[in-house]
Amino acid sequence: MPIPPLFDLSGKVAVVTGASRGIGQSIAQQLANHGAKVVVSSRKAEGCDAVVADIKDNWAQGAGDAMTITCNVSDRDECYALIDQTIAAWGRVDILVCNAAASTHKGPIKDVPDWSFSKMIDANIRGALWLTDRACPDMASRKDGSVIIMGSTGGQRGSPDMGLYAITKAADMQIARNLAVEWGPQNIRANCIAPSLVTTDMADVLTSDPKRQEMMEWVYPMQRIGTVEDVSGVVVTLAGPAGAWMSGQTITIDGGMMAGSGREEG
Amino acid sequence: MSAASKTPSMFDLSGQVAVITGSTKGIGKAIAARMAQHGAKVVVSSRKADVVEAVTAEINRNYAANGGEAIGVPANIGRRPECEALVAAALDKWGQIDTFVANAAINPYYGPLHEIPEDAFAKIMSTNVQSPIWFSGLVCPHMAERGGGNFVVISSVGGVRGDAKIGAYCLSKAADMQLVRNMAVEWGRFNIRANCVAPALVKTDFARALWANPVRHETALMTYPLKRLGDPDDIAGMTLMLASRAGQWICGQTLIVDGGMMAGIGRFE
Repeated sequence: MPIPPLFDLSGKVAVVTGASRGIGQSIAQQLANHGAKVVVSSRKAEGCDAVVADIKDNWAQGAGDAMTITCNVSDRDECYALIDQTIAAWGRVDILVCNAAASTHKGPIKDVPDWSFSKMIDANIRGALWLTDRACPDMASRKDGSVIIMGSTGGQRGSPDMGLYAITKAADMQIARNLAVEWGPQNIRANCIAPSLVTTDMADVLTSDPKRQEMMEWVYPMQRIGTVEDVSGVVVTLAGPAGAWMSGQTITIDGGMMAGSGREEG
Repeated sequence: MSAASKTPSMFDLSGQVAVITGSTKGIGKAIAARMAQHGAKVVVSSRKADVVEAVTAEINRNYAANGGEAIGVPANIGRRPECEALVAAALDKWGQIDTFVANAAINPYYGPLHEIPEDAFAKIMSTNVQSPIWFSGLVCPHMAERGGGNFVVISSVGGVRGDAKIGAYCLSKAADMQLVRNMAVEWGRFNIRANCVAPALVKTDFARALWANPVRHETALMTYPLKRLGDPDDIAGMTLMLASRAGQWICGQTLIVDGGMMAGIGRFE
């Protein structure tokens, strides 16, 4: 089957952080499936190498390819090195997906220890800025690029037990808006994706609880939580021709949650 | 098109049937053509039979090789019986509707909101708001029975900001955003997604009065961070995403496609 033209990423180079599992893994697979060469990144090489092998076997196109570059996104030098090594190997970065994030505290904001606060600010906010600091000038040299930052519906509402994480995710939406304004004239688009609960390792903690499961049906008009494929296709859309005039936006992917409750009673 | 996928693309619309109103020019035509190019069967519609026929033939000519197919059904979406006939024609031909795109809209008045003639206001509301509601009632029960579907209303960034000249139109476009939120709540449990796509200024005949105005045009180019007006394909791509596997958990949302305008003013240079 040919790649659908509005979603054709042939010849593009993509970097995906947090790509060893979950949403990031699916994003890397889908970008490769639509023709991009993909850098699979996370802190540890082993997890990435498995994803790279799977992409080469099952997803990469003729021109496409995949490789591992490790990166801890809460470290500036490692962020710079990720982009520099990508350019050294493949000559360019066209698509940057800032997906890696840290959620290191459960409970009220007032109880967040300093180390945990710094960790979330560094990984979820500064990491995205460090990566774009380095990637956007390269994109600007070709007057073409797409930055996609993984936010969360948590960043659009208060949260009783993940408040600081939610604050960093709201910041991600503002990062997309500001990058849109700063880099738009160079034809770089920057957008945020805000999913609600998606089945990944991180979310299984919540979804294994039967009470939570019942609440799910109240919260989501579509009466289900999300899958990684519900998110990764939207990334492909923003990365390619279909997303050419969308910038500074946050696409909420939540099965209708923010629209209202799907229950007639109660 | 380039190399074949190892895994089927999420954006392959083979087997889907889509009805797109106002699809003989501009954004609607781009949506119909692109969906056909991606393998869908499409119903082309607008008021004039000869134009409908010409666009239908053009799509069949260009995209039959991709598995795309088109039929044409003329309809004035401001009249309920014609809306019913449009939906019936699609079901008669293909037995299913997977995606409905309420794209047709009118913008007949240019001036202060309080001076709008009553009949112009009524016409805007019936065409831009009530007609999509009619269509939702005509297609959603059918979609629910088949296990799901996709309903898209083409709205406008005008629906999220005031406008000194086209206030009533903007009011109707804001109503469309609330319509899809309410449809999400009412139909979400049946796996029906309802969303808006809200463009800023796109270079179409419909918006000619806006971009032909040199001040508006210049202001747009200056203030849109991406420094260009929209192209119908920019809107078609997002609509196609919503119709595809990629859009299966997006519901009750408004996707703003505006060259970055709402994010903040670009540099004045």
